[in-house]
Amino acid sequence: MTTPLADVASSGATLRAFLHGLPGVDRVGADQRAKMLGTRSIKTTAKAEAIDLAIRMVDLTTLEGADTPGKVRAMCAKAAHPDPSDPSVPKVAAVCVYPDLVGLAVEALGGSGVKVASVATAFPSGRSSLEVKVADTALAVAAGADEIDMVIDRGAFLAGDYLKVYEEIVAIKAACGEAHLKVILETGELATYDNVRRASWLAMLAGGDFIKTSTGKVQPAATLPVTLIMLEAVRDFLAATGRKVGVKPAGGIRTTKDAIKMLVLVNETVGEGWLDPDWFRLGASTLLNDLLMQRQKMATGRYAGPDYFTLD
Amino acid sequence: MSDTQAVRLAVRKTYKLYIGGAFPRSESGRSYVVTSSKGDFLANASKASRKDARDAVSAARKAFAGWSGATAYNRGQILYRIAEMLEGRRAQFVAELTEAGTRKAKDAGGIVDAAIDRLVWYAGWSDKIAAVAGAANPVAGPYLNISSPEPTGVVAVIAPDEPLLGLVSVIAPVIVTGNTCVVVASERAPLPSITLAEVLATSDLPGGVVNVLTGSVKEIAPWLAAHMDVNAIDLTGVAEEDLAIACEQAAAENLKRVLRPSAPDWSADPGTKRMTAFLETKTVWHPTGI
Repeated sequence: MTTPLADVASSGATLRAFLHGLPGVDRVGADQRAKMLGTRSIKTTAKAEAIDLAIRMVDLTTLEGADTPGKVRAMCAKAAHPDPSDPSVPKVAAVCVYPDLVGLAVEALGGSGVKVASVATAFPSGRSSLEVKVADTALAVAAGADEIDMVIDRGAFLAGDYLKVYEEIVAIKAACGEAHLKVILETGELATYDNVRRASWLAMLAGGDFIKTSTGKVQPAATLPVTLIMLEAVRDFLAATGRKVGVKPAGGIRTTKDAIKMLVLVNETVGEGWLDPDWFRLGASTLLNDLLMQRQKMATGRYAGPDYFTLD
Repeated sequence: MSDTQAVRLAVRKTYKLYIGGAFPRSESGRSYVVTSSKGDFLANASKASRKDARDAVSAARKAFAGWSGATAYNRGQILYRIAEMLEGRRAQFVAELTEAGTRKAKDAGGIVDAAIDRLVWYAGWSDKIAAVAGAANPVAGPYLNISSPEPTGVVAVIAPDEPLLGLVSVIAPVIVTGNTCVVVASERAPLPSITLAEVLATSDLPGGVVNVLTGSVKEIAPWLAAHMDVNAIDLTGVAEEDLAIACEQAAAENLKRVLRPSAPDWSADPGTKRMTAFLETKTVWHPTGI
């Protein structure tokens, strides 16, 4: 690394040299480590704590073409009171909706302390001009979004045009103003773990506050090894620059066991400092019900059934 | 040459569980020794844990939509198919029942035949039970009023100690109407139930409609009775009175339908009681004359 970190984005060539100069990822090693950490047994009081923490980290998400105002209001009510029959259940971190529904979500959540996140930048494909992406972001911010989840231009990234991706993130970050920016890498489309590491660094260098695995529209989504690589990037970035970046795996995390595996991964890779909703989020929709069912199982001693929780 | 043949080791069957159409070992890794009525070693059977029971309930729930949505005609055909497959394995079941010592060789054949006939009998009921348990009700108004029996959902079944005929007699009436089930096999004689699971697995019966657990009834039954995603429980095979009472109390939490323990004569005509116990009546009012 001959160029100082602040200057790596001064030209396409230096950025490329820097990203390709990052150490390669040992694929077999990463898979094995993620798998090994997935076997940790978390039981009793530790499990109860982990479930509550996971609930506090959830970004309750609905990103469907069929989203109605009623569905968003219902989801907001659930975000503030995940289990109305049990007031001891903590509220989730945020709800995540499309930009045109942000105003509705802000109104529905007013004063509850649950943040509103919005996807933007021609989600989920990211196929549009920069002007349209900035306008999309501005729409969400103006409606009151606290957090913006943007997608990177995977086409440009895979074609090697890193500077274009970088400049797009910088432009969206500027359009965000006060709002937090989460950068979605869509790791399922990046093909290799080396690319995941490069995209993570690229997003952090460009000013992303969070790096997020996936849109949830592409399989595979938030796998354990990919999350591990992103957590390592975040740890290394903190050491190199002193700036702390959050991580959000999203998509495919459906069970309490999946969520707890993620928490173990966080604790073992970047440490307790990230075991907080400000630094680690879980993008999910069906996960919350499973967490609530497990929580009820621990409280009552009998297996819970899905009939007793709301659907979305 | 004859020496090498003499030392050939028999390939013995590993008796596992039957969950969601697959044959997994117990999640707990436990097994227990099954002996014949004379005390001779027969095999090691899997000893299911509460987590196996939970997995089995999930599998049964997943299978419910497809199975209850299948036509009665189709369900009847599949039950008949089970009978066909059982017929093809008649000799194996006769041998298994004889070895276990529960039946003498000359009686065992009759028991297997009765089990096959019982399946055919219930298969015939699939498209007739609605006519018997349902009705077109006369009402005081311009409405067509129809009551039809609907399957209850996931049924937990504690099977009786009668290894084949009793087992078939508790499973068939539950599934013929569209329910799915989790069966806890007889603790003393669990082996025929796993062999029966092999029959079910090759009978076009969708995976998860019947799930078979072997192990301690005392350990598993209370978890099934308390499970909020189980809609009914058949306690037929629960021998201890205390356990039956505890199960019935736990079942009250989500208003499960409960069939209390009993020891009927399995060779007698079963009637429709076991089918109607796991049916719910849906009544529809439809305006007429418009």
